[in-house]
Amino acid sequence: MKLSTKHLLGIKDLLKEDIQLILSTAEQFKEVLQRPVKKVPSLRDITIVNLFYENSTRTRMSFELAERRLSADVLNFTASSSSAAKGETLLDTVNNILSMKVDMVVMRHSASGAPHFLAKHIPAAIVNAGDGINEHPTQALLDAFSMKEKMGRLEGLKVAIIGDIMHSRVALSNMYLLKKMGAEILVVGPPTLIPTYISEALGVRVTYNLQEALKWCDVANVLRIQLERQNQPLFSSLREYNLAYGIKRKMLEGLGKEIVIMHPGPINRGVELDSDVADGPYSIILNQVENGVAVRMAALYLLAEREQ
Amino acid sequence: MVWKKGFIFNKISTLKIILSEQQMALTVKRLAHQILENNNALENAVIIGLQPRGIFLSDRIVAELKNILGTDAIHYGKLDITFYRDDVRKALHIANQTDIPFSIEGKTVILIDDVLYTGRTIRAALDALLDFGRPSKVSLCVLIDRRFSRQLPIQPDFLGKAIDTIVSDKVKVNWRENDEKDEVVLV
Repeated sequence: MKLSTKHLLGIKDLLKEDIQLILSTAEQFKEVLQRPVKKVPSLRDITIVNLFYENSTRTRMSFELAERRLSADVLNFTASSSSAAKGETLLDTVNNILSMKVDMVVMRHSASGAPHFLAKHIPAAIVNAGDGINEHPTQALLDAFSMKEKMGRLEGLKVAIIGDIMHSRVALSNMYLLKKMGAEILVVGPPTLIPTYISEALGVRVTYNLQEALKWCDVANVLRIQLERQNQPLFSSLREYNLAYGIKRKMLEGLGKEIVIMHPGPINRGVELDSDVADGPYSIILNQVENGVAVRMAALYLLAEREQ
Repeated sequence: MVWKKGFIFNKISTLKIILSEQQMALTVKRLAHQILENNNALENAVIIGLQPRGIFLSDRIVAELKNILGTDAIHYGKLDITFYRDDVRKALHIANQTDIPFSIEGKTVILIDDVLYTGRTIRAALDALLDFGRPSKVSLCVLIDRRFSRQLPIQPDFLGKAIDTIVSDKVKVNWRENDEKDEVVLV
């Protein structure tokens, strides 16, 4: 058994079996991370470059830790402190890096489709660490892993994705993944932040009513309001957004049922999530971060090139 | 009884039984006793079976040990060595569960696997074990030793049966839980 794809560009290209394989391998890596020595020698002859054209804390550190725990050699590239600032093209930069014998590229870029473009032009395996408003596959995988760990299943699970659906690559990857794994999806947010025709395109339900969504769902995946990608006002103020779509502790306590709150980070406290929710008993946000390393180890391990 | 030539399918006629069901049961009992003989009531010893197929043997041995000692308090873990293989880049190997819910620091570890062949699995297992702590001693228990096939200097301490095989031979250990019948055959 192996992955049906050479690159991890998006959940869209994966089969259900691929997702299951990554998640089950991640379980084994999670156990590795509990050991006194949290490192295995599997990829010690592999060099991986982390190519980050966009800011990141969690994802970059999580990938770097995953790579080091697999014993891979790691190169870090940050666009702001590189020759990209002098005008070098993406392809030139990557080809120069690859000529130094690099085997895999982990890449984040603000342009949707940038990793897909690279995959067509270079021989190395590419892992998409977020491209514009398209996909963030490892985030969706770690979200799925965390949901499965907490709830025991994905099939039939009721998941609400709440907030800035329009600009969120996490939302898109999550929808593709949950759909493939047989979960039910409800997207929630103000009409200006939900793409028209999303239910026709992706087969998800849409509501503009947060209370209704919380009553229905088992898991609420709350997204960050991405002000940096909004070039026109899509709601009147952050305060108004918080009043209409912010998750508050009282709301959750009033539901009278178990609910799991997730967030891909970074959190805008007091906007999409109140602090007492983010740090409260419903939240599994820090588990998501912990699981991220195991899931990324699994993806890298499975994608590393084999002789066969 | 003598088989007439051509009486049964070729494939079946090439099967050679190395251990029958009864022999296997006796061997498991003997291995359990030998382990106890050398590890004073398992006072400072832990049992670790190797995934995936060593577990069938280690399950049986542990059941036997519990039976003899009259206690369930045996430290028994399972180890998967996939991430430590020396051929990890030759082909993709799928990992199984590792579960060692106790410390092996300063303990005698008894590694259990079904067949000892090239010795490479045990090499990987030794590497993996050291990531869990520093055992005072590691010994090896196997059901079948394909002697003269070793590629590394590794020998068993507790042995079911040693057999002479060539590279093209395949030794298959069948277990009731998984393969209908307890039996060791040469294919």
